[in-house]
Parts: sequence; C-alpha cells; structure tokens
Amino acid sequence: MTILDDAPATGEAAAPISAGGNPIGFGNMLRKEDVRFLRGRGNYLDDITMPGMLHGAILASPYAHARIVSIDTSAALAHPKVKAVITGAMLDGLKLAWMPTLSADVQAVLATDKVRYQGQEVAFVIAEDRYSARDALELIDVEYEVLEPMIDARRALDADAPLVRDEIEGRTDNHIFDWEAGDQAKSDAAFEAADVSVSLDMLYPRSHPAPMETCGSLAYMDPVTGQLTAYITSQAPHAHRTIYALVAGIPEHKIRVISPDIGGGFGNKVPIYPGYVLAVVGSIVTKKPVKWVEDRSSNLMTTGFARDYHMHGEIAATADGTIQAVRVNVLADHGAFNATAQPTKFPAGLFHIFTGSYDFPAAHCKVTGVYTNKAPGGVAYACSFRITEAVYLIERLVDRLSDELGIDPAELRMKNLLQPEQFPYTTPTGWEYDSGNYPAALTKAMKIAGYAELRKEQAEKRARGVYMGIGISFFTEGVGAGPKKHMDILGLGMADGCEMRVHPTGKAQIRLSVQTQGQGHETTFAQIVAHELGIPPEDVEVIHGDTDNTPFGLGTYASRSTPVSGAAAAVVARRVRDKARIVAAAALECSADDLEWELGRWQVKGDPEQGKTIQEIAMLAHSSLELPEGVEGHLDASAVYNPPNLTYPFGAYICVVDLDAGTGQVKVRRFIAVDDCGPRINPMIVEGQVHGGLADGIGMALMQSIAFDSDGNCLGGSFMDYLLPTSMEVPTFETGMTVTPSPHHPLGTKGVGESATVGSPPAVVNAVIDALKPFGVKHADMPFTPAQVWLAMQGRPARTDLAFEDSGPSTLGNK
Amino acid sequence: MEIHLTVNGEAMSAEVEPRTLLVHVIRDHLGLTGTHWGCDTSNCGACVVHLDGIPAKSCTVLGAMADGHSISTVEGMENADGLDPVQEGFMRCHGLQCGFCTPGMMLTSRWLLDNNPDPTEHEIREALSGQLCRCTGYDNIIKSVQWAAAHPRETVS
Repeated sequence: MTILDDAPATGEAAAPISAGGNPIGFGNMLRKEDVRFLRGRGNYLDDITMPGMLHGAILASPYAHARIVSIDTSAALAHPKVKAVITGAMLDGLKLAWMPTLSADVQAVLATDKVRYQGQEVAFVIAEDRYSARDALELIDVEYEVLEPMIDARRALDADAPLVRDEIEGRTDNHIFDWEAGDQAKSDAAFEAADVSVSLDMLYPRSHPAPMETCGSLAYMDPVTGQLTAYITSQAPHAHRTIYALVAGIPEHKIRVISPDIGGGFGNKVPIYPGYVLAVVGSIVTKKPVKWVEDRSSNLMTTGFARDYHMHGEIAATADGTIQAVRVNVLADHGAFNATAQPTKFPAGLFHIFTGSYDFPAAHCKVTGVYTNKAPGGVAYACSFRITEAVYLIERLVDRLSDELGIDPAELRMKNLLQPEQFPYTTPTGWEYDSGNYPAALTKAMKIAGYAELRKEQAEKRARGVYMGIGISFFTEGVGAGPKKHMDILGLGMADGCEMRVHPTGKAQIRLSVQTQGQGHETTFAQIVAHELGIPPEDVEVIHGDTDNTPFGLGTYASRSTPVSGAAAAVVARRVRDKARIVAAAALECSADDLEWELGRWQVKGDPEQGKTIQEIAMLAHSSLELPEGVEGHLDASAVYNPPNLTYPFGAYICVVDLDAGTGQVKVRRFIAVDDCGPRINPMIVEGQVHGGLADGIGMALMQSIAFDSDGNCLGGSFMDYLLPTSMEVPTFETGMTVTPSPHHPLGTKGVGESATVGSPPAVVNAVIDALKPFGVKHADMPFTPAQVWLAMQGRPARTDLAFEDSGPSTLGNK
Repeated sequence: MEIHLTVNGEAMSAEVEPRTLLVHVIRDHLGLTGTHWGCDTSNCGACVVHLDGIPAKSCTVLGAMADGHSISTVEGMENADGLDPVQEGFMRCHGLQCGFCTPGMMLTSRWLLDNNPDPTEHEIREALSGQLCRCTGYDNIIKSVQWAAAHPRETVS
C-alpha cells in the first residue's frame, strides 16, 4: 500500500505533458536509463574491455596484525601467464607505498612493514587472465610474524594496548583525536537543574554498504602519450582525478577518469582504494591496460565500512518531559588508518547535529577517535557524514526518557519538536536548519499508522503474552555538502559545475559533475531542464561520469546531487533562458523587457501571440540573425554552484514489529515513512530512494554486522556471514509526505537519498526495545538477531562488535 | 575444452578451461555482459540465468556442466513483439535503480510467472528470496512482477 498525499507529489501544479508522454517539468516519469539496464545493456566496470587487457588480483593478509618478515614472489613470477608481481617494497621505491587519506592521515597501498587488518593488500599480481592471476596469488610466499591484534576499541587507549601505528615516529598510543562541540558548562548546568536525567550506552556497530557491484578499475597509461585513462567505480570521478594527480604526480590534464554505470555506491565508492592505484601502477609497469575487480570478501573486509561508534548519551528533562539538554561521549573506532571519507572540518563529520528535531537549549559532545586492527573507513553507507549515528543517539535517548517518565514516545516527541515558526533555526551546536514543519509530519505518520489503535492492540496482546513493538523515529538530515565555511576535500571546495548547450534544433545536452549510481540522474536532471526551459525531458541528454566531458565538481554522495548539482542545473538553465530572451527580442524586434516567460516560450507582454518557442530561439541563436552588440550567438551557458547552506530534509517513521518470544525472532510487520524533502522532481524516484533506505535500516537493526573475533578475524567477510535483508525480511512500505521547500535552493528541493537510511534504524530498534519492555529491557545493541534478542530477554545482551563469547550461565535450551 | 551451448536460442561454442564458471563463459567468452557477478558464494543472485528453463546461479555452475544445455539470459528476454512483460513491469513500477541485480531478478520472475501466472505477494517474495537488491527495498520489484502477471504477453498462435 502506498499512500500519497492529496496534494500533488511535486508540491506544485502538474506539469504539461510532452509529445513523448513525459512531464515537461516535475512529476512521475519513467527512467531514461532503464532502457539499457532492462536489456542487459548497462556498461559496468567489469563489462569494459580494452585490447591487450591484463587482469590484476590482490593478495590479502590472513592476519589482522603481523610483521612482514619476507615476501617471495619468484614462484608467482615463474607462472607462464603472469606478467608482473608488485609488492610494497617495489612501491616504496616509487614513493607510492603509502597514500594520503581524506582525513589528514596516510594509508598503505601495499603493506611494507606490517599488516594492520585482515584482508589488507600485500601484493598485486598481473596476469593474462583473471584465473591465472588468482592462481599466482597462491604461489606468493609471505612470512609473517604474528602480533597481538588491537581489536576491542574500548581497550585501545589502555597502557598495554598493542600499538597499531608504530611506523609513525614518536607514537606510543592508538589515540587519533579528541574533538568536542557545543557548550559543556551550559549543558552540565542544565543537567544539574533538571528534574530527571537518563543515560544509555549504545553501540552503533560496524556495518558495510555492500553494493551489489564490488569496486574495480581498468587503467591504461599510454606509454607514448602519457595519457592515463582510468575507468573507476567512483562516486566522485573529478575528485579522484585530482587526487591521482596530487598523489602520483601525473599531470591532471593527462588524466581521464571515467565512472561508467555503477552497480550501487552508498558511500562505498567514494574513497580511493589501493586496488585503484595498483591498476594504474600495473599499467605503467606492463604498458598494458590492467583491470582489477574486487572479490566480495575483499569488498566487505577492506573497503569503506560504516559507523563503529560507541556512545554514552545522556538526556535531561523537566518532570513534565520538556527536554533541557543532551550530552554525549563517543569512542570512534576508525580502524588502522584514519581514512574517513568526509569533507567537513570536523573529525566526527556532522555528528554534532545530534540535537535532532527538538527544541532545547544546551548540548555538548566529545568524540575520541582510536586506531584498531580493522579496515579503515567509517563514513559510508548513506550516513550523511555521521548523521546516522547522531539520529540514532537522540532517538534512542528520547525513547528512553519516555520510558522513564511514563509518557508515550509520540507524545513526548510532539511536545519537544521544533515548531514551524522557529525556522530558520540555529541549533545549540551551530547548525542552521532551513525549513520544516515537524509536527505535521509526525501527525501524518501517526494517522497512517493508526497509532492509537496500534497501542490498543499492543496492550491487549501483552495481556495474553504476545509481544509486539511500536517504534518511532523523527529525524532531521543535513545534506548538500557543502558550504565552504564548513567543508572541503583536500582543500577542494564543494562547489559543483554544470554546463548546458541547446543545439540548433532545440535539443539539449547538460553536463554534470555528479555521477549516478542508480539514483536516476539521467531522468531527474532532464526534468530540471524541462522545468526551467520547457524543453521536453526526452529531448535533454544528461552527460555525466567522464572527467573529459563534464565540468569539475565533487560527486554524488551524502544526498548532495539535487541540493548542489540540481541547483547548478537550475541556474544554468535560467542563464540559457536569459540568453534566449535576448535572442527572442532581436527576432521579434522588441525590447527584452517587453517579453514575458511562459513555459517553453518568450512572448510579448499583452500580445502573447507574438512570441518564440525555446526551440525556435535555439535555431535563431545559431542563425544569421543580428544580435545586439556584445551578445554572442549560440544557446549555451555554464554555472558553478556554491551551496550557501545545507538543506535539511526531515521525516517521521513508525515501525511495527512482532516478537516471537520463543525464538527471539523479530519480524517487521509494518513500516510507515513520512518524508519531507521539499518539492519532488520525480516522486517515483524519490519514493524508490526512500524504500531502499528503509530496507537498509531494517537490515542494520536486525541483521547486518561486521564483528571481529579476538584474533581479529572479520566475521562478516562474505554474504554467508554478513546477512543482508532479502524480500522476506522487509514489508510493503507505507509512505507519505509533506512538502516544505528549502528557502535557499533555487528549486526549493532538498536531498533525500540518505534520509531513510539515516532515519529508519532507530525506528526499528525502538520498536524492538518496545516489544521487549515486558522483559525489563531498557536497551540492547543492534543487530537484533534472534540470538541477541534472546540474550536481551535474559537480561544479558551481547556486545555485537565482538564474537559472541557468552560466559554467563547457559540458559539456551534449558529454560 | 570445447563446450557447446544454446544461448537465447542460438547455438554457440566456447573453448574454456574445465574449471571456468558458467558466469565467466557467458560474460567473458560469449560477450553477454548483461549477466552479472556479485558475490562468489551463491548468495546474491546477480548471476541468475535460465539453465534449461530453470533459474540457476551461474557462478555456481561450471561451464563444462552446461555443455549441451540451453541457457537464457537477459539479452534474450526481448523479442520481436517488444519487451517481455516482466521487463515492462520493472520499468513501469520503478523496479530497478542501479540495475545490477535486475537481470537476475527479471529472469527468476519470468520463471515464476511461467509456472505460476497469478502468484500471491508471498509467492513472489519467496521466489525472489535467494537474490539480493541493495537499492529498491524490494517493494517495487514485487509490484513489477505483479504488473507483469496482470499483463501477460499475448501468445501468438
């Protein structure tokens, strides 16, 4: 069941329909990209071949922490189909063994001194085919001296903790950073004065985005021209190009990065990975194109993981439930290298948006980052730079407070939500929310859910020993990175370019700096052009992903395409419209001031019969028509958009779960999601984005976890171990919406891609804890596998970041 | 070794190592890249093709085992009459985003409808439960199959 608002889904009047049956503007439109995907004609990384192409494979470390004593590659090199074997020592000679991360650290391309996590890249084999490359991995003999691994983040700062980064001179501990935000004194005073305060220790466990397509690269360094062509599974092709230039010293104008069709990203394809670099080095060494495609285990064990936040949160309130303050201490497990792929000037990203959607005056957070013998990453998986963790924190605390005070969680939220007239609203930690009507969204979600009825049903069932849970989450996102005052990537400001050209016959091309991984840019951006210029979307070709053919910009992640590049597209189309006005005036022999815009046409004010369509104007702009002094011909424009602020989408989610108290199994029965992302350019696509994020939330809350045993073995290294939701674990979603435009975006639109991934996990967890209430459970950590639920029911929930080593009295099977 | 296959109705042969997986035969030797590889462990279903009319995960079948058998891939779904209703349904109901799982999802859906033209939602979910999608949350995939069930291709006699 899908519930749509009575109001148009786009938040504005319905667009006229083109001859091709598509909205000339906003509205549902079938996707242009589907034409190839449905026929198996997509062009993903591994589908691409080049003449003479070789195949690379990476030798992965079996240990989490070990010194490399020696590496013998002679047997591998003797393999008849092997062309080269690259080791860390060889890269060291080229000064490429280490590369900078996006967080002021370095990470190994290939290990030189020691390996620091299981799966770490140790050697790279290049062979004639992919099977031979894998065979040769078996022929490399590495002697390791196994070291004690640093696994439990909570012990990383102990005096006797194994040292992860002993290659850094003078380093004696695993401490990366301390960082704080907010006002500690004011928060402490608020806690002192409060009638009630409660606290929770919460783990947001390590998770992995696991896109269906793993990472890969096909690189060719032309030995004659010095031109590097690199096909990369990249969410940010321009950023990758610049970083290649900075890291490898290859002149930037000689680098062409092409990000082809991408089989899902979710933040996994933002960082630069060793495999990408190795494909380039491999091509330089062999003088041939080299393809590297990651296997699934390497994807799960080595590439950008997400979360891994150990949080101690506290919330203070008056006796009637008015929130006064929140404070939090976080231990952030960053793995072996500090390689968070996030652009903010804050080491915890946007985490200090944790005051959420509520009106209270004081907040403070302190975050400490530590090294462990785990893969690097931390900012990925549709997290909007740690807003997932922030929303989880506040939404669990609010639920805990509601339990403490005996106030219904919906009522407590309604009492504390920011009110529409408070926008723009500056949070206690400094974020300026642009617009919102929060109570309307929560009211709507409760109405769709039939909230009061659900509570009645729950009470009736509880009375007879049947357990269901109802969980609410209200989230505020902050997307569209980002304002230069807060953000950059290695000094690159987060502005995105856009170029547009209208051909003589009125067909248009638009070139974007962002890159779709399934979000439907080729459709949505054509609709933006249609909205602004009246050119049917089927007549607009969207070009993206190829750095030689698109303007500079920082790519697609953190829901930034519509807030940043969508704005750039609107601006560029408006520039074309302005230019078209001058051309039309010349053709109509009138003043440009005498013309008015009617979608797709400039016409004379008061005499609308006199006018020129945008298609006629395009031809005139290329014709012999005399244009005013200083006006060049043709119909094109470019723009660079600097976002003045983030956009702040929000939503109210309600999850209903049924608990089987006999097995500990939790089943999501219903999921209601009301999202407000401003006007919806293509409501069908927006809804699809929300659906995907809701499934992610269910997966994270119930199934997905990258845990480690005491030896540092990754326990989520394949899809047999890292469980993702299937069609059986997710319900049919019930969605709704409200429409509150952003006041600072040219189209009023806000980002939406990550809203549901950010907002849904706490709804599911709150529902599970609600179901477990009769068992006295106040909190337990995700994921709520049957085992974890069962242990929680016994009052001894497990730490889900470590292997279950249950030393308590066995109750399984004998209770 | 040389293997002979009927692929989307066309006789094809390939010279492969005995250990070559069917997914690599299809992609690398026959050049049909609509079939994808996703996980190594038979969990994700991106590589699903029809082997003698039945969905099979082609990463778990040796090319040699398929010798003499018939394979259907996503490239064979469209015919002279146009898109298969399953393809049409996926397009109309936004049953795909990144498109990587889509060929496998559609082929299993086709098999389901061939054997159960009017499946319940639960039957659809169960049929697709061996395949992963990371984009859609499955909701629109289910709707796509329901659309296809409601719009069967008219059989040409």
